[in-house]
Amino acid sequence: MGNLLTITTFIPTIAAVILAIFLRGEDEAAQRNAKWVAMAATVMTFVVSLFILFGFNPNDTGFQFVEERDWLLGLQYKMGVDGISVLFVMLTTFLMPITIAACWNVTHRVKEYMIAFLLLETLMLGVFMALDLVLFYMFFEAGLIPMFLIIGIWGGKERIYAAFKFFLYTFLGSVLMLVAMVTMFYQSGTTDIETLLTYPFGTETITVMGVHVIGGLQTLLWLAFFASFAVKMPMWPVHTWLPDAHVQAPTAGSVVLAAILLKMGGYGFLRFSLPMFPVGTEVMGDLVLWLSAIAIVYTSLVALVQEDMKKLIAYSSVAHMGYVTMGIFAVNQQGIDGAIFQMLSHGFISGALFLCVGVIYDRMHTRDIDAYGGLVNRMPAYALIFMLFTMANVGLPGTSGFIGEFLTLMGVFKANTWVAAVATTGVILSAAYALWLYRRVVMGDLIKESLKSITDMTPRERWIFAPLVVMTLLLGVYPSLVTDIIGPSVEALVGQVTTAQAAFEPVTMMAQH
Amino acid sequence: MISADLNTILPEIILAVYAMGALLLAVYTSKDKMAGLLTWTTAALFLALALWIGFAWHGTDTAFGGMIVDDAYARFAKVVILASAAAVLVMGENYMARRDLLRFEYPILIALAVVGMMVMVSAGDLMVLYMGLELQSLALYVVASIRRDSAKSTEAGLKYFVLGALSSGLLLYGASLTYGYAGTTLFSGIIEATSDGVSLGLLFGLAFLIAGFAFKVSAAPFHMWTPDVYEGAPTPVTALFATAPKMAAMALFARVVHDAFGGTIGDWQQIVAFLAVASMFLGGIAAIGQTDIKRLMAYSSIAHMGFALMGLAAGTAFGVQAMLIYMTIYIAMNIGTFAFILSMEKDGRPVTNIAALNMYSRAEPGKALAMLVLLFSLAGVPPMLGFFGKLYVLRAAVDGGLAWLAVLGVLASVIGAFYYLRIVYYMYFGKPTEDALDRNASPVLWSLLMASAVVMLVGIVNLFGVEPIAQAAALALAG
Repeated sequence: MGNLLTITTFIPTIAAVILAIFLRGEDEAAQRNAKWVAMAATVMTFVVSLFILFGFNPNDTGFQFVEERDWLLGLQYKMGVDGISVLFVMLTTFLMPITIAACWNVTHRVKEYMIAFLLLETLMLGVFMALDLVLFYMFFEAGLIPMFLIIGIWGGKERIYAAFKFFLYTFLGSVLMLVAMVTMFYQSGTTDIETLLTYPFGTETITVMGVHVIGGLQTLLWLAFFASFAVKMPMWPVHTWLPDAHVQAPTAGSVVLAAILLKMGGYGFLRFSLPMFPVGTEVMGDLVLWLSAIAIVYTSLVALVQEDMKKLIAYSSVAHMGYVTMGIFAVNQQGIDGAIFQMLSHGFISGALFLCVGVIYDRMHTRDIDAYGGLVNRMPAYALIFMLFTMANVGLPGTSGFIGEFLTLMGVFKANTWVAAVATTGVILSAAYALWLYRRVVMGDLIKESLKSITDMTPRERWIFAPLVVMTLLLGVYPSLVTDIIGPSVEALVGQVTTAQAAFEPVTMMAQH
Repeated sequence: MISADLNTILPEIILAVYAMGALLLAVYTSKDKMAGLLTWTTAALFLALALWIGFAWHGTDTAFGGMIVDDAYARFAKVVILASAAAVLVMGENYMARRDLLRFEYPILIALAVVGMMVMVSAGDLMVLYMGLELQSLALYVVASIRRDSAKSTEAGLKYFVLGALSSGLLLYGASLTYGYAGTTLFSGIIEATSDGVSLGLLFGLAFLIAGFAFKVSAAPFHMWTPDVYEGAPTPVTALFATAPKMAAMALFARVVHDAFGGTIGDWQQIVAFLAVASMFLGGIAAIGQTDIKRLMAYSSIAHMGFALMGLAAGTAFGVQAMLIYMTIYIAMNIGTFAFILSMEKDGRPVTNIAALNMYSRAEPGKALAMLVLLFSLAGVPPMLGFFGKLYVLRAAVDGGLAWLAVLGVLASVIGAFYYLRIVYYMYFGKPTEDALDRNASPVLWSLLMASAVVMLVGIVNLFGVEPIAQAAALALAG
């Protein structure tokens, strides 16, 4: 099994090609076949990826399952996973069958829909496994194409605007990263991420158009990567594409977007910004911390006044991603552990919340909060599940949401007490908007005529939620499942970054005297 | 010695003799009835010559006292020119025949234009350069206005001619200044004359030469003719304009600045960088408002020339290699794209309005998908091959110390992405309409479109081995 990672990555592609070539017709049978092929492929990918998880040695902080082949322009095809990336791979393979199951009701151009999701899975897995700059960029950018089509073809009324905004916003962010990558290639002569992790990029102050840049090349490269990951994440104030994209995307598209695609930004920070540009991180770190704190408070307030359920959850995603960036740039064990934990947990919770919206949207075809109320009377099972994930979103102890928030806040408290103080108010605000949403949609008397005949969840829908419920609770009560795997790699990362930062400080001190 | 000299330019001679022979034959026999046959034989000859030149792997030959240079660089350019001309010729045959435009002069004129292009890329002397350029241009002026009864087509031909004559004038003026100050028209002589710095007169000469080339590659601000000519000329002719002559002019551009003026990179680097920036941004911004796909492709080609010039601006051998790879990929994409445009018809009449593609993906999923791949490739989105073209020129620019140019380039590419996405938007997101395009399945167009799309996807594995060949070519020029 020398190329386990390649096999995992490309199973969905093979399924997509099979669908594209062999499946003909648009009748019900063809649609069902398309769905089953997609389901089989994603489940198979998950099963194969379990071999990665069980074969993974957490105490080895280097890359494992590495595959390497020469490519053009001196690039390499190099894949591998370490403690930071392996769980993102698992998150992706775990959520994709659920996503496919969530679009079982789609009847419009099913074959293309399934192909888009299958290709998207390959590209997402590739992002988390690539160990070559350009290979990473290829997977990272190519993911825009299927997502653009998913929003544009199967989206809501304003889908065109949302699709273009999504594409151009993220494309603009990433092209700067491309130039930074080419510069790194030029400086170091390699695109191998493993080598670049320890490559010392220049830190001498340089002047760009009259501005003295402290940290020199590292800060510039850091900024270019930041432009890409901050948009992807998304961080305030470049988050505005996300609510539009979420609201217009079909349910399954929203799930993938919130649960996996957003995590690419956080993964990027951990893989590139921190280890490769420690001095840049030092110079710009406080800015990120404050941006995150603002994001948490501001987007929580914005979420409070939303009338569209999906928009509310989208803003809540931005707030939760604020915890992630905050934890990452606290640069200590708790902060980064918490950030990764929060990303995984948010993957389950936000995915589940969008599915919850999907369940009632499928019945009523509206996302207006005002159109609902008192659903508990007719949909007790739904009310229970929605409550569980609302609580997890709030960060109730016992759910995975709590661990992530607590760890990141603790990490930030060590790094910058004031930011932690501001960010903690976000915990209260999230309770406010999430519980208020729950009250307005689920609680109260069922007085609206249109809701009188609404039916509770079907068995299929219940089964979709089952794995998410299990994961949310399991990680909530037994977080070591995650921290044991990521811990050693995070420790090595933190050690490396702080050493490099410590080495930089004497230099600046000397320069000042 | 003369036989050795003639041997060096044997492919050009064969093609020229073939063109003359075909002309005589057609005039004295069945005239336009032979046009179809002639198109196919010309294309076959192009391909045969491309194979011959491509596999004749020898070092650098010079002929006629250095006036003609046959090196790896020239051969690379010639193979691309011949292959793309063959593809374009084959692709337009059906279109021209059904509209009564397939005159026997058409393939012959293109053959002559190709002879001109081959001379251009082999030029080792300013006079040979001008000879090749004019042979190419004169043939193309005529081809542009081949639809004699159409006002637009004749307008396109006339515009092309007048502005082309102006640019030839600029170029000649630059050549005469260069001759005056260098005392020779041979490139090797110019290298000697510039070995201890460039005199003001030579600098002027260089600037005028570059202006002339910029016109031929349609780089901003010398691009004005492009949209009108692209729109007015019959679509197969537009496809030709977008491919082979661009390669020839770009190769000639690189040849002059890297060979004759290769020792004075600092003097032309800024001009080329400016042309690159202006073209990328103008091509990107001006295309946004276009509704005619041919005009859109004109602006798209302007933007792409900007990127190719970015590689040239680097002033290194790697920059030349990047430019060659970029141009090759660009031409491969354009052949597929124009095969698609040629197949856009409604009730047998050509349609060029983008809005006509509304929900095309429902009617023809396969072709729409291929076009989708090509459009994202044109926009430079990975994993399509177009991205690798961009990667090469960006790398060249950064290596050459032009990081600012690379930053501007990628920003321009985001603007460019918008209008390619707009076509995707019509094909995939539009509303179903009654008046869909015809479902004509011309096998030639279909296979060229599909081949081009597949190349864009499969090429990322190893670029079909083009990389080392382009490297050898670039080293032959600027090593």
